[in-house]
Amino acid sequence: MQLVLEFLALPFVQDVLKILFILLLFAMPLGTFMTLMERKWSAAVQDRIGPNRANIGSYRGRGLLHIAADALKSIFKEDLIPKGADKFLYTIAPFFSFMSAVAVFAIIPIAGPIGDFKFQVTDVQPGLLFIFAITSLGVYGAVLAGASSNSKFALFGGTRASAQMISYEVFLGLSLMGLFMVYGSTQVSIIVEGQGEHWFGLIPKWGVFTQPLGFVVFFTALIAETKRAPFDAPEGESEIVAGYFVEYSGMRWSSFMLAEYIAIVGVAALITTLFFGGYQVPWLYHWESAPQWLVTLLQFSKFTSFTLILCWFQIQIRWTVPKFRFDQTMALGWKKLLPVALLNTVVTAIIIVALA
Amino acid sequence: MKFKVKKVDRSEGLKEALYIPGIAVGLKHTMRHFFRNIIGKKDVVTIQYPEEERPISQRWRGRHRLTRRDDGFLKCVACYMCETVCPAKCIHIEAGEHPDFSVEKYPVSFDIDELRCVFCGLCVEACPKQAIRMDTGVIGMAYHSRESFNFTRDLLRDAYTPNEKTKYTDADLPKPPDQQSALPNSRGIPAL
Ligand code: SF4
Ligand code: SF4
Repeated sequence: MQLVLEFLALPFVQDVLKILFILLLFAMPLGTFMTLMERKWSAAVQDRIGPNRANIGSYRGRGLLHIAADALKSIFKEDLIPKGADKFLYTIAPFFSFMSAVAVFAIIPIAGPIGDFKFQVTDVQPGLLFIFAITSLGVYGAVLAGASSNSKFALFGGTRASAQMISYEVFLGLSLMGLFMVYGSTQVSIIVEGQGEHWFGLIPKWGVFTQPLGFVVFFTALIAETKRAPFDAPEGESEIVAGYFVEYSGMRWSSFMLAEYIAIVGVAALITTLFFGGYQVPWLYHWESAPQWLVTLLQFSKFTSFTLILCWFQIQIRWTVPKFRFDQTMALGWKKLLPVALLNTVVTAIIIVALA
Repeated sequence: MKFKVKKVDRSEGLKEALYIPGIAVGLKHTMRHFFRNIIGKKDVVTIQYPEEERPISQRWRGRHRLTRRDDGFLKCVACYMCETVCPAKCIHIEAGEHPDFSVEKYPVSFDIDELRCVFCGLCVEACPKQAIRMDTGVIGMAYHSRESFNFTRDLLRDAYTPNEKTKYTDADLPKPPDQQSALPNSRGIPAL
């Protein structure tokens, strides 16, 4: 027993356990769940029923078995590499997409720290700069897939994806400047702790309330980064079929899709962390005698429920807003979001200086 | 000559330029549908097809059937009207002499290739004896072999009563009530 506890106390072991927990029990299940929920929820929006036919015997589980059916199907599908494709780049492109989607979870705290132990894989000093670095790596997935497929549609998709993602990275960074100023750090744990305070003991000091403009721009830029509607010009189903991954099939194609859905969960988790107080449960400070395990449980469920709500909101946005033409995407970014983000930064700075 | 030119103001107002109000209006609609369908009264119009079926009109042109006279024999007198009028040329009749002189002719074989049929209903209109009808109400025909679609005389005669819907597989191909009454067709094959 003593040995087991000592083994569990090793930082390395803890890191591995955290990675396993956050990836295998949080990000991946939610991501795969979203693949089904996207179809179910979009069906509800459009007065349909959605998938409900996959069955084991007579058990259908309200369509839940479609997750397993989809996975099995894509495993057994033929994995084509088109003629003339660059085999090496073609093979590694899905990894970039997948990795960048998954790596976001590395810095997200899913519950408050207990003593020295943090429910966070790593609390790196640069914090959100790490996120910016990782999302720019995600561009490689789209670009390599587009360039190596030896297909015109894929090439178009890849070009669009690179242009869109690189330009929206600018606003992604700029929109958070105000947040950094308000909470005084780029480190995630400090930002989340800062959101635990309350104004007049009533209104939680969440990012949405301190940085409403920053929230809108950041959310928009993140949706554009995940290349989903209304910013799905790189995939452009109606004109370039599936964009940069049009030539992919089987499990490789699935990993692109799964990366997209994990990115949805990642976006939701990131926004919860930065703008909705992360794991901070509002007004909990009134209850000082609360047992530690209950507080942690509350924090975890608050974080998860906000993540789920934001996932749902992204899907709802996708099924509401019509797609932007590619030039409109660019115009929206450079002509509208950029000034707004800059204005937000300046105004925040002025207010902070005025209050201080 | 001067033309009247009506200028439509297409300049984006602030409300449109901001996008947010537009998105909010859209979200209001989609969310109303979403919540109504998830928790409220369902607006879903889906018909779960194999289990449920859409009610069809009495005049729906479904699968053909050959009607019978009161004594149970086919009404058809093998006059070739339907075969002649059929635009898809999918009816194949061979006439034979009926032992009963008052009837004179009867179809020894009466095959309809349902794969070629366009379900226009002209055969029904052309028939002088009301002998062929499309009122079975069978709208989905799906079998595993091409041969199953070649509906023979006895199949057309015996398979359906009007507007009765039957679940139907290859194995269920109906047998005539008694082999005596199923006269062999011209190819010498006793009907199914
Ligand atoms: S419905 Fe039309 S196509 Fe079909 S058998 Fe009758 S006449 Fe021919
Ligand atoms: S079904 Fe009617 S039209 Fe056709 S051959 Fe028989 S009697 Fe004539």
